[in-house]
Amino acid sequence: MSEARQFQHIGQRTIRPDGFDKVTGRANYGADFRLPGMIWGKILRSPHAHAKIKKLDVSKAEAHPDVLAVATHQDFPSVNSEAFAAGEAMMDVLDLARNVLADKKVLYHGHAIAAIAATSEAAAAMALNLIEVEYEVLPPVMTIDAALAEDAPLLHEDMMTQGLTEPATTPSNVASRMELKKGDVASGFAEADVIVERTYETPTVHQGYIEPHATVVRYDDKAPSLVWASTQGHFDVRASVSKLLKMKLGQVKVIASEIGGGFGGKTTVYLEPVAMILSKKSGRPVKMIMSREEVFRASGPASASRSHVKIGAKQSGEIVAMEATLHFEAGAFKGSPMGPGCMTIFTPYDVPNLFVEGYDVVVNKAKVAAYRAPGAPQAEFAAEMAMNELAAKLNIDPIDFRLLNAAKEGTQTIYGPKLKEVGLVECLEAARRSPHYQSPVGEGCGRGLAAGFWFNIGGQSSVTLNLNPDGTGTIIEGSPDIGGSRASMQMMAAEVLGIEPNRLNPIVADTETLPYNQTTGGSRTTFATGMAVIEAAEDVVEQLKQRAASLWNVTAEQVDYKNGVVLNLAGDDQMTLAQICASAEKTGGQISGRGNVNARGAGPSFAVHLCDVKVDQETGKTDVVRYTAIQDAGKAIHPSYVEGQFQGGAVQGIGWALNEEYVYNSDGIMENAGFLDYRIPLASDLPEIETIIVEVPNTFHPFGVRGVGETGIVPPLGAVASAVSDAIDRPVTKIPCSPPHVLSMILNQG
Amino acid sequence: MKTHVQTEINGEAVECLIDPSTTLLNMLRNDLLLTGTKEGCGSGDCGACSVVMDGELVCACLVLGVEASGAKIETIEGVADKDQLHVIQEKFLEHAALQCGICTPGLIVSTKALLAQNPNPTEEEARYFLAGNLCRCTGYDKIIKAVMDAASVLKEAS
Ligand code: FES
Ligand code: FES
Repeated sequence: MSEARQFQHIGQRTIRPDGFDKVTGRANYGADFRLPGMIWGKILRSPHAHAKIKKLDVSKAEAHPDVLAVATHQDFPSVNSEAFAAGEAMMDVLDLARNVLADKKVLYHGHAIAAIAATSEAAAAMALNLIEVEYEVLPPVMTIDAALAEDAPLLHEDMMTQGLTEPATTPSNVASRMELKKGDVASGFAEADVIVERTYETPTVHQGYIEPHATVVRYDDKAPSLVWASTQGHFDVRASVSKLLKMKLGQVKVIASEIGGGFGGKTTVYLEPVAMILSKKSGRPVKMIMSREEVFRASGPASASRSHVKIGAKQSGEIVAMEATLHFEAGAFKGSPMGPGCMTIFTPYDVPNLFVEGYDVVVNKAKVAAYRAPGAPQAEFAAEMAMNELAAKLNIDPIDFRLLNAAKEGTQTIYGPKLKEVGLVECLEAARRSPHYQSPVGEGCGRGLAAGFWFNIGGQSSVTLNLNPDGTGTIIEGSPDIGGSRASMQMMAAEVLGIEPNRLNPIVADTETLPYNQTTGGSRTTFATGMAVIEAAEDVVEQLKQRAASLWNVTAEQVDYKNGVVLNLAGDDQMTLAQICASAEKTGGQISGRGNVNARGAGPSFAVHLCDVKVDQETGKTDVVRYTAIQDAGKAIHPSYVEGQFQGGAVQGIGWALNEEYVYNSDGIMENAGFLDYRIPLASDLPEIETIIVEVPNTFHPFGVRGVGETGIVPPLGAVASAVSDAIDRPVTKIPCSPPHVLSMILNQG
Repeated sequence: MKTHVQTEINGEAVECLIDPSTTLLNMLRNDLLLTGTKEGCGSGDCGACSVVMDGELVCACLVLGVEASGAKIETIEGVADKDQLHVIQEKFLEHAALQCGICTPGLIVSTKALLAQNPNPTEEEARYFLAGNLCRCTGYDKIIKAVMDAASVLKEAS
């Protein structure tokens, strides 16, 4: 495809089709749904971070007149350890069952133990007090160091470290190790003139979606049971519920509600299987909503991490070797994004000698969930901080230093493939030209920058495009729309069909309407579901041509389709899409197109962020005073929503870098489980977030699309923290740069 | 024992029977089925539940339903005039000031309250006034642009 390609609709800033409902309050989110006869479910949660359950007696609760059902782990049909793909990661069924309702042991404060369904929300909450639990409290394991200690209490007595060269013989809190390499780092470092080596740490943080998890479930014996859920992937909710409860996929119908944010955190299940048990036992539809406190305590935070990084370069600025050891907290069950952390950490750079090892460590915290480019922000933060320090030591501009070593087409990645066309160089050059980089750094301020990489994924999407007799139509897709993707689906279909986008209404259909669609995650939706939309629209075009050809008595080759009109090349007849639809009855019935893809060739997206901060030297409070996000979108279908992804990612990253962290007391209890104390960025904390969209087309997508949702959260940790380093003239090795932390750095002379 | 509440919502007289401990937010959502007002925290920290009560912007999760007795409540459902969106709503759409949209009803209600009391806010004033409305998706940039644009259109119109 050529870069000069002219588009009719793509690249415009249309009004999103679901917009009216969302600005008027009509849109229905997870908690907005109800069914006749519905009752309410509530969960009893562990008051301890680590304990054995000695006794669990629900009989008094069951006997209470308001209580219609009680669920515990015993209600799961016995499931065995078995990995299955759900959301962006592999999930173990047994771990999942133990996470949604604890079995024999509680592994974090807030871990679900039992659930009650009662006639009202208040009655269910009251009845939780009737459940009797006896615990044997165990010492909590709250940090990587504590988990690795020789005599560390074990979360799972039978957990043997996977991936060691010699198989493990004793259990530990390390679930797995992985190693990736390229070239020979020892000989690489031998050539280095300058080496930077440091250990970096990041805290436990939360995705912080504003809508708490919510579901309504109605069990049905004769017909498919109904699950209404706020989720990024209703097909994977169906898979999880069916695995946990041994139901056939066809016995579970999941409707995705409008979703109030997810960022990866709504790619797994917490409430849905529990509500299914309660509904089955009570014979009533059951609604469950998490409180904000439950969201913080018991739904997926993102891994805390420790990364040891070593980078060596020649005086010329050529990097000769990079090495890292990553430790990622998984929470209570194995499965941190340590793998993608290892794969992404050095990918922005084309370096001959690389070595990365990673460890997946369990601790007494809630099981982590995906968070926007899972694993990459933590890992790349470490690499980018070291890169900036190295650039300073070499006395080279940090953009020049990156340009000297930037990954480009043909770069051999550490994890396998060679990169195809990518836009890191273009992003770095755009950063250098930007008004921000060209401006002087303000008095008392510091400037930082960082690059970021995320793979992006493709995968399975299915779309049906139905046309109506008047030429309007419906795009039926299966990807929950988390940030305006229905607008881009509408635009892509309109581009192929050559009609106005608003003639097509995109809807997110339930699991019975379409075949399997992968979860909205991995920045895949506009890319992969977009490809299915394009395929469905092209299918429609073929049918329109055939219909017209048959009316004109010519072959399909003798007609052409342009701008919503079929032309007879053998004569001068023409028919609009609407006219063909109006006569479809006579030419073989109504018209609908289909696109079923397993999209390959997702194009990685690189980004570069620039950040200026001002640090109050007396309090340590840091304010971002200017920020620019530059990222390769391949092709921006709807530029406003692309910019929005850059800005949203940047601000989540700013929060991660400056303020956000779980604070635990010595008993392993989170002390800031609310938005007042777990402080996400507010409007008043921020300046404008400037954006520059770079477009290096992804040749695998008909319009050049790369995913854009995730990369934007990768650079800010390093960009902000290196700006703080610059402002206080001390190397930051740990985030968040909260006022007490920054103040202590200022006071401890370096 | 349930309590009888008579109130006015978006200009309509309504009444319902609620438990005295029911919040205004739950009364709106569960008893009156006005689910446009959202719950993000239930503790006054996110602004998703913003409504106007007797001219004052409040978090509906911090008000008891019984306190609404005799009051005039304005919610997101009353902002548009039938199919005709309010300028603020239009500007939110034009500027793509929402991604997931869960914060949007609260932000629109708060913006309306801001512009009622300060029709000509500076960007900084807008950012501080709206600091009680959390948005996790957008980074606020496009929200603030929408608010400033709505303010200038409304000013011209007045
Ligand atoms: S729900 Fe009322 S402020 Fe968050
Ligand atoms: S648009 Fe999602 S929280 Fe604001």
